[in-house]
Amino acid sequence: MYGKPLPVVSVPREPAGTFEFITTKKDELVGWARKFSLFPYPFVTACCAMEFMAVSASAYDTDRFGAALPRFSPRQADLLMIVGTVTQKQAPILRKVYEQMCEPKWVMAFGVCATSGGFYQNYASLPGIDKIIPVDVYIPGCPPRPEMVIDGIMKLQERIAQGRHPIINETF
Amino acid sequence: MTVPLFDVLQQEFSQAGERTAVSHGVFVIELAPAQLLPTVERLQSAHAFDVFLDVTAVDWPDHELRFEVVHHFYSTTHKVRVRIKTRVAESSPAVATLRPLYGSAGYMERECHDMYGIVFTGNDDLRPILLYEGFTGHPLRKDYPKQFEQPLVPYRF
Amino acid sequence: MTAEIIIPNPVRSSLVGHEREGSVIVNLGPSHPATHGTVQIIAELDGERILRTDVHCGYLHRGFEKECEDHTWHNLIPYCDRLNYCSALINGFAYCEAVEKMMGIEMTPRTKYLRTLLSEYSRLCDHLTCVAASLMELGAMTAFLYLVMIRDYMYEHLAALTGARVTYSYSRIGGLAEDLPPGWLDRLAEILDQYEDFVGRVHGLVDRNRIFIDRLRDVGVISTADALNWGFTGPILRSTGVPRDLRKDAPYLAYAELDFQVPVGIKGDNYDRYFVRMREMDESVHMIRQLMDMLPDGPINVDDRRCIFPPKTLVYNEIESLINHFKLVMEGPVVPAGEIYLAHEAPNGELGFYIVSTGGGVPHKVHVRSPSFVHMGGVHLMLNGYQLADVVTTFGSVNMIGGECDR
Repeated sequence: MYGKPLPVVSVPREPAGTFEFITTKKDELVGWARKFSLFPYPFVTACCAMEFMAVSASAYDTDRFGAALPRFSPRQADLLMIVGTVTQKQAPILRKVYEQMCEPKWVMAFGVCATSGGFYQNYASLPGIDKIIPVDVYIPGCPPRPEMVIDGIMKLQERIAQGRHPIINETF
Repeated sequence: MTVPLFDVLQQEFSQAGERTAVSHGVFVIELAPAQLLPTVERLQSAHAFDVFLDVTAVDWPDHELRFEVVHHFYSTTHKVRVRIKTRVAESSPAVATLRPLYGSAGYMERECHDMYGIVFTGNDDLRPILLYEGFTGHPLRKDYPKQFEQPLVPYRF
Repeated sequence: MTAEIIIPNPVRSSLVGHEREGSVIVNLGPSHPATHGTVQIIAELDGERILRTDVHCGYLHRGFEKECEDHTWHNLIPYCDRLNYCSALINGFAYCEAVEKMMGIEMTPRTKYLRTLLSEYSRLCDHLTCVAASLMELGAMTAFLYLVMIRDYMYEHLAALTGARVTYSYSRIGGLAEDLPPGWLDRLAEILDQYEDFVGRVHGLVDRNRIFIDRLRDVGVISTADALNWGFTGPILRSTGVPRDLRKDAPYLAYAELDFQVPVGIKGDNYDRYFVRMREMDESVHMIRQLMDMLPDGPINVDDRRCIFPPKTLVYNEIESLINHFKLVMEGPVVPAGEIYLAHEAPNGELGFYIVSTGGGVPHKVHVRSPSFVHMGGVHLMLNGYQLADVVTTFGSVNMIGGECDR
């Protein structure tokens, strides 16, 4: 990229055999199932809630992507959508909710306040939720248009589809 | 726009130590903290100011009496507003509470205490409402730096 | 995963340690669908009946007032939108009118009528959101989808005017950002017709529905005396029977010239609040139709260089306009020293701005008297004594907006 040739690094890797083939196919299957049946936990706080309602409603439907049914218990959800500003007062609650979710779980920072604090750079607002929990997808916008949210969900689905999904133990 | 009630209020409250004015349609009374509670009782009982709108404070760091506590009232019968301003010093920022007269004073006095540190004597519930337990300092004072964070959960990076 | 972190509790409840015999303390929120995300209700229950509640707000305190003291009078207009984000235009108009009064500026006639029209349009969006959310929490998903559909048409329509769907930053000190694009008023007439169709369907689904009436009638009752004493304004006060509305009592903008009624309720319960909001929406549509005919032509910005930016051709060619533009951007418009309290009738009640200026380009203090915050102080009157499941309906009818409540 940008005209400068990148060095080629050789990575030592075992030759792929039958076990790896089965694992890859299993990962693809489980990834396909998981990406099309996301159960979001909408951790809704502020103005982005308006666009969250709009993106869940009929005009821009998240049901098409399988992410329609919100589960308001962290034990039953796998996608934590932080919608809106998280303040310092709310941070312990967010941390608790994140830790109560079971693996596999993904985190989506919806809106620019969740991504980086937005234009609230003061004593009260957390400058981005990645200060306290790891985030998979960031959706900027104040608030983001519903099309951007759908783009974010699709990027997350790509990431889930291409990821590793160990279901029995760490290798399989 | 002359409001006849304002003339009545001016006659009643323009005594020693109180100054009155009209600012953009709101009748303003400036008085000492000791006169606050009797004045508000009089406004509520005699002049039907039945809605307590707001209490807040203004920080004048260069003045000797640093905080100016501002109360707003509204009358649904006369449809006018009254503003009462008192000045307190930083060393003893105490003002009488209006909770016995108006229920809405509870939360608003908690917020004023949170933001400025004004103590409302007689209000025993001055827990933080907009801020959290463990927050030290009063953010809306001019000497509190805007970006001084006091996180409850330690940052990952 | 990580080392052990002790997660502290950000609030201290007044109920813990003072429970009665045989009661249970339960925590709802602050991450809860029914409390609209940012309010924590700690309730003491006797079975399913609520004995006492302790309402904690402040989880969305974003430091609006502190931010305002750091920004010029123009730069803080986007912060105003995020107060009551369901009806973002009204906050900006109230703030700009307060600053205009302090500067002694009279807005142009076109701006006056256009601000009134857009205020009523925003009121529609807010009431639609409130009713849609509270119906969804009761399980009426179809009504939610209908109302959010019509609200989406309104958002797209406002995006054609202002550039954004939810938070517009549209009002300016001395006028507005942009004038109406061509065809905007025709689309507005279409949307109002579609609104009547959609809302008619919701009325048919919900108004005489046995379950709806059983859940909302005589639930969350508040008396007029209590409501006034605890600072309730807006639809909650009107649902108790008093026709108090700032648009009629102390008319501002163009409301004195409009013909509209103020709907009131009978008992002050949740059903009355639902119906007051539905009728207020119809009155808003009636007002918008009148305003569409009354809109005069003319400029939208006052010809006052203290706050309005000079046109770009002059800025690039004349040194005076260049300096004017520079000063407005870098230092902000100079607002004479003084203070003002100005209130508008927001969809939730009386939204007041108390602004103190020391004569510079940056405010000394901007304080918002937010209706939702005051309502949170009194909502325990409507929750105590009812069932735990009634918290959902009562909270939905109070329409607590976090951005306004906690600022």
